Amino acid sequence: MLRAILSDDLPRSRWLAAALVLVLVGLLVAPFLFPGAKSLNVAAKICVFIVLAASFDLLLGYTGIVSFAHTMFFGIGAYGVAIALSRLGAGWDSVVFGIVAGLVVAIVLAALIGLFSLRVRTIFFAMITLAVASAFAILASQLPALTGGEDGLNYRLPAALRASFAPGDGTLFGVRLNGRLLDYYLVYFVSVALVLLLLRIVNSPFGSVLMAIRENPFRAEAIGYRTVVYRTIASCIAAAVAALAGALLALWSSQTNPDTTLSFDIMVDILLMVVIGGMGTIYGAVLGAVLLMFAQNYLQDLLALANKALVGVPLLANLFHPDRWLLWLGVAFVLCVYFFPTGIVGSLRNHALSSSSGPCASRAPRKRARRSRSG
Amino acid sequence: MPEALLSLRGVRTNIGRYHILHGVEFDVLEGGLTMLLGRNGAGKTTTLRTIMGLWRAAAGEIRFAGRDITGLPTPDIARLGIAYVPESMAIFADLTVQENLVLAARSGPPDRQRLDWIFGRFEALKRFWTLPAGHLSGGQKQMLAVARAIVEPRRLLLIDEPTKGLAPAIIANMIDAFRELKDGATSLLVVEQNFAFARQLGDSVAVMDDGKVAHSGGMAAFAADTGLQQHLLGLGMGEHQ
Amino acid sequence: MTRDWVPLLLIPVVAALALPLVGSPTSWVTLTVAGLAMGLMIFIMASGLTLTFGLMDVLNFGHGAFIAVGAFVAASVMLALAPWMTADSLWLNLAAVGPAVLAAMAVSGALGWGFERVIVRPVYGQHLRQILVTTGGLIVAEQLLKVVWGPDQITLARPTALRGAFLLGDVAIEKYRVLAVLIGLAVFAALALTLNRTRLGLLIRAGVENGEMVEALGYRIRRLFVGVFVAGSALAGLGGAMWGLYQETVTAAVGAQVAVLVFIVVIIGGLGSVGGCFIGALLVGLTANYVGFLAPKVALGSNILLMALILLWRPQGLYPVAKR
Repeated sequence: MLRAILSDDLPRSRWLAAALVLVLVGLLVAPFLFPGAKSLNVAAKICVFIVLAASFDLLLGYTGIVSFAHTMFFGIGAYGVAIALSRLGAGWDSVVFGIVAGLVVAIVLAALIGLFSLRVRTIFFAMITLAVASAFAILASQLPALTGGEDGLNYRLPAALRASFAPGDGTLFGVRLNGRLLDYYLVYFVSVALVLLLLRIVNSPFGSVLMAIRENPFRAEAIGYRTVVYRTIASCIAAAVAALAGALLALWSSQTNPDTTLSFDIMVDILLMVVIGGMGTIYGAVLGAVLLMFAQNYLQDLLALANKALVGVPLLANLFHPDRWLLWLGVAFVLCVYFFPTGIVGSLRNHALSSSSGPCASRAPRKRARRSRSG
Repeated sequence: MPEALLSLRGVRTNIGRYHILHGVEFDVLEGGLTMLLGRNGAGKTTTLRTIMGLWRAAAGEIRFAGRDITGLPTPDIARLGIAYVPESMAIFADLTVQENLVLAARSGPPDRQRLDWIFGRFEALKRFWTLPAGHLSGGQKQMLAVARAIVEPRRLLLIDEPTKGLAPAIIANMIDAFRELKDGATSLLVVEQNFAFARQLGDSVAVMDDGKVAHSGGMAAFAADTGLQQHLLGLGMGEHQ
Repeated sequence: MTRDWVPLLLIPVVAALALPLVGSPTSWVTLTVAGLAMGLMIFIMASGLTLTFGLMDVLNFGHGAFIAVGAFVAASVMLALAPWMTADSLWLNLAAVGPAVLAAMAVSGALGWGFERVIVRPVYGQHLRQILVTTGGLIVAEQLLKVVWGPDQITLARPTALRGAFLLGDVAIEKYRVLAVLIGLAVFAALALTLNRTRLGLLIRAGVENGEMVEALGYRIRRLFVGVFVAGSALAGLGGAMWGLYQETVTAAVGAQVAVLVFIVVIIGGLGSVGGCFIGALLVGLTANYVGFLAPKVALGSNILLMALILLWRPQGLYPVAKR
């Protein structure tokens, strides 16, 4: 049964399984374990980013495409719901309309970008997506009539998701049973469902073709798979899931603005999440997202401690300033790409393999014809 | 017995997961032309590239003029006096014919006498001297590729299918040029499918099959043994044109 | 040199198209000069990137870091030499700007050397990891900039002699922009001369086409790689310094902001072609300024549209380099 739910993609490592269960259960009982609006907010954001990172893993880890435009789809999904709720009133029909609109725009845009630029080399494509994403972000902040400009949109959520919605006025373990709780579990269960959906996709024949294309596009093309088509479909799926993640975010926080949905910082965050967690595993995105969100909040506290300790020393103090948490994560990211290309998940799995009795443990990195280098 | 100029022992080369060379062994003696023959896919080009250091041998030893050159970086191998003319010719299309040759002449401007000799054999190069090499015809590009390898004296030339796609008249020119080079103490290792060419010029022959050298010896003996030719190459040398 | 002139004609075509749209000839002249100045600054920053890619097959997403470092270093030097900057004499002004720019190039070049050794060298040939690692390098570099210079932006006033504008009739042409154009053209000329008249340039041009064959001819092209990378970073630093003076502010984010334009230019020009980069940069500069005047909100979008149109016409850029 478990194998069926996870689409036969088991963790394959005790530590990994334990970590995943911890995340799953932790997020499930978060409202009761960590009561308070702030922690609930962090928990909800973790759910959303897990989905977003997982959708990015589909692109980066499984298809081998680096797209800097991924947050654009996240923003489209978020703004779709936001605009619908602002303009069409705070009802579920607006939500559905917003989600559908967001999905359509995201998928069409992903298809266009894909068909246009996936014929070109990896690097070309990465640069083009960077340019497109930048333009989109600027556009969003400069069309106040539609998007509320730089300040974004504030809107009311459907009644059932508001704090004021509390049928029966009940409490459970001291936590009020109200719309916010409902909202959280909506986000939680949809996130879980989306992650399982992604697992199903990457473990399907379609997923195998993607991985074949990632490893050797020429070969795949020679065998008869039209790589452009497959890549475009993968892009569209990833974009759609990202848009759904955005919709979830919009449904959770009653405001949507360019900073929280379209900024390059978010792009950097999910890149870090997927790479540090482990590319091409989906589980890596899950762990990476949790790790990064915790780091964002708690690393800063750690750094603040170090900063205080170094108050007299000019440059060193700055190095440990809490605002510089991204510096340390960036260094971790670079180190990961070199030394742990398979990320946390990969390392855990390798560890499990080597400590069990199997032969040929870790997957060796792709070998190329060794060329001598001149000095 | 004089030590061979170039000798390969037990050379294995892999490309990715594919094992191409399974222990190549042969010698190239100084001052002669050794033909490297074999069916398509036998590993001839891979052998040349491995000698040149463009692909690293996974095992085995390659010695040139008494030195072990296995695993040396390509530029260092070139500087020992080995020139390489790849099957793809690899001329620089955006550079002029002149610039291509200037680049190939490492120690300074190309020697005037040498250039005249090259122009004498490959007249088109003089005509297109200042034109981008990309404008040359296939045959002329082949001439340029060979010219690059001989613009300065080298001890050993590795040449991959020099006559492919060339008109018979130009092939005749090339045969003359190689013959003169041979007499001038340059050694050549030539991969060829054109057996008339091979038989005219070759002093020794090494025949490859399936990543190994299946036969090596004198050209005269090989040319006389049609049974062996049939066995190793699938066709007699006389028929293969 | 094998060169088709059609792409070069795009520049006057774009300029001519803009004239009726802009309306007033005086505004058009101002915008055109601004566009050329901006374009040439971007060219300075982009030329190193395109050569590095053409020669080494390496795309450095961290290129923006060199731009930002150049801007900050130049700003620091110029602020330290403030009395010369505010003096009335052109020579004193230049005596402040000169060292600032040289320092910017030196530091960016050094950063480039370090970047190549530590970050880029281990991932030659692996494009995906290159993109990831250089992006990581960009993040770290930006943060380090904030560590050293603080997170706030620095205001940088132009030196007195370079403020204001020349007046030609009704047309005002900013003095600084003229200087930018001159420097940009000088850099282009230097690059063109080096590439076309020197043995080094020969090696680079041949290496862009087929590095393997250049090695087979006996040249240790690896050392050339490093040199080109460092030169490219130094040029980026120069561009960053000039951009800082152009905008009159310097922030850590400047690298990322301008980097997008630099990438667009490199794509338009064709990866590996300095000539294409030159034309692409001018086109981007002109487009940004014309559209910035006509419809400011879509300025960046218009450049993307430009890129899309050019790619539809020539999928590998204006002057694709014939690769092996």
